[in-house]
Amino acid sequence: MLQVQNLEVVYDDVMLVLRGVSLRVPPGEIVALLGANGAGKTTLLRALCGLLDPHDGEITKGSIALDEQPIHGLRPAAIVRRGVSQVMEGRRTFAELSVEENLRLGAHTNPRNRAAGIERAFTLFPVLAARRKDTAGYLSGGEQQMLAMGRALMAEPRFLLLDEPSLGLAPRLVEQIRDLIVAINRQGTGVLLVEQNATMALSIASHGYVMETGKIVLDKPAAELLADEDVREFYLGLHPEGTVKSFREVKHYKRRKRWLS
Amino acid sequence: MTEAVQILSRGLGIGSVYALLALGFVIIYKSTRVISFAQPAFMLAGAVLATYLVIPLGFFAAVPLAALGTAALALGVERVAVRPMVGRPAFTVAIITLGVDVVVRVFASAFIGIELRQVRDPWGLKSTIIFGTEVQQRHIAMLVTTAVIVAALYAFFRFTRMGLAMRAAAYDQEAAMAQGISVGAVFAMSWAIAGALAAVGGVFAATGGGSVEQTLWIIALVALPVIILGGLDSLLGAVLGGLMVGVLQELVAQYQQYFPEWMGGNISVITPYVVMLLVLLVRPYGLFGTREVERV
Repeated sequence: MLQVQNLEVVYDDVMLVLRGVSLRVPPGEIVALLGANGAGKTTLLRALCGLLDPHDGEITKGSIALDEQPIHGLRPAAIVRRGVSQVMEGRRTFAELSVEENLRLGAHTNPRNRAAGIERAFTLFPVLAARRKDTAGYLSGGEQQMLAMGRALMAEPRFLLLDEPSLGLAPRLVEQIRDLIVAINRQGTGVLLVEQNATMALSIASHGYVMETGKIVLDKPAAELLADEDVREFYLGLHPEGTVKSFREVKHYKRRKRWLS
Repeated sequence: MTEAVQILSRGLGIGSVYALLALGFVIIYKSTRVISFAQPAFMLAGAVLATYLVIPLGFFAAVPLAALGTAALALGVERVAVRPMVGRPAFTVAIITLGVDVVVRVFASAFIGIELRQVRDPWGLKSTIIFGTEVQQRHIAMLVTTAVIVAALYAFFRFTRMGLAMRAAAYDQEAAMAQGISVGAVFAMSWAIAGALAAVGGVFAATGGGSVEQTLWIIALVALPVIILGGLDSLLGAVLGGLMVGVLQELVAQYQQYFPEWMGGNISVITPYVVMLLVLLVRPYGLFGTREVERV
């Protein structure tokens, strides 16, 4: 169980970005985390992986625990070794290195199972096997996303954190990535899926959280979230049948305010 | 023909020293994005250390040990003076390395003393006949050793876990951290390698029967034009640039007499810097500086 409790994160000593976020990722489940730009989703993932330091961020309150053991304050390498890996937003593959070298790097903390891991990655992502010697920077967006996911899996994580895996991908590729996430999850890896594409995320998640300005505002099973009127309107772009969508009627600010109260 | 072989051997010999020093600059730059001006000091420190080790141990044991010792020194310097500055502007760190350079150089100089300190290399000024031309043995030894070191570095960066981690961290530090790579270890490793390379370069620069003097470090300054020529972020550029500058310098020295008189008698000394200026005008990123890999 990956558990975040009342987490507060401050950037540059002044910017309060997370204000008491609590969230749980049970082992072997997919949990979706939705929210608009700037809500603090990426910051939460950084905190989980110990990557706040390069951004001058700091955990000022709260805790992060992996199986009841606190992991906040550990160095990124220690966190990866304990079984939490992240696929960062924008894929962040090492463009100048080859596909295979990227995968080998993923096994940095896990060199013993490197060869087996690479084989597993190639079975899961056959496209990568065909291009194993190619420079990673020349892969297509979808292939790079698969490479980034394969790289993170090399450390054999128990929890995989995915930051917007569908970013900038064509709808068909989004479907493919979705199926891959399900496949990875079936092998027993817990997934925390951060997404703007709420339809995709909620279709495979068992539980969902909605974040706004550094707080969790909704926390429900995914099926209930899909049916939730506000989520349908704000995140899925749907509105009750027969009504005309007008921005004046939406009154974002009022509706959002209600969640926060 | 005779002249050509001589120029080539001398140039490649001294060029190897430049190449070793430039490699250190580039390795540190690639992993930390800082130009370390402490290389000249490590070069001097390495050479001085070798003069002390050579008496009980002999030349071939002393050089690797001096390289290891200098690597340890560089590790210490990195930990104490540079690591606390991680995240500060590269300019700040570069100035700190300048200070480190002065401090280390003063200490190393103090160990030179008033005696003649020699590295006692087995080659001295002896020469061998190659293609019917007399060629100094030490120049061949320098070139061969540098070739071996470069091959070893290539294998290290290509095949080992740490080498790969260093390349990854050079490309994207945060992404490297997310893979569980310790960026601190990468920094330390790059400083250690650079220190060891500088030490070997320093020993070579002091071969040929000369003695290790306080001004030895000035040779290291030529590494600056070399890395500009080769491209700051290219290991291959550092090696080829070093060899090119060495040969060019010898070429100019050889034909000095045909130059107009107003150029003076030591034009070869400034050749590397003139070349650097020319390269900066034409290709500011150096001859081998990599352009970004971009998907169109």
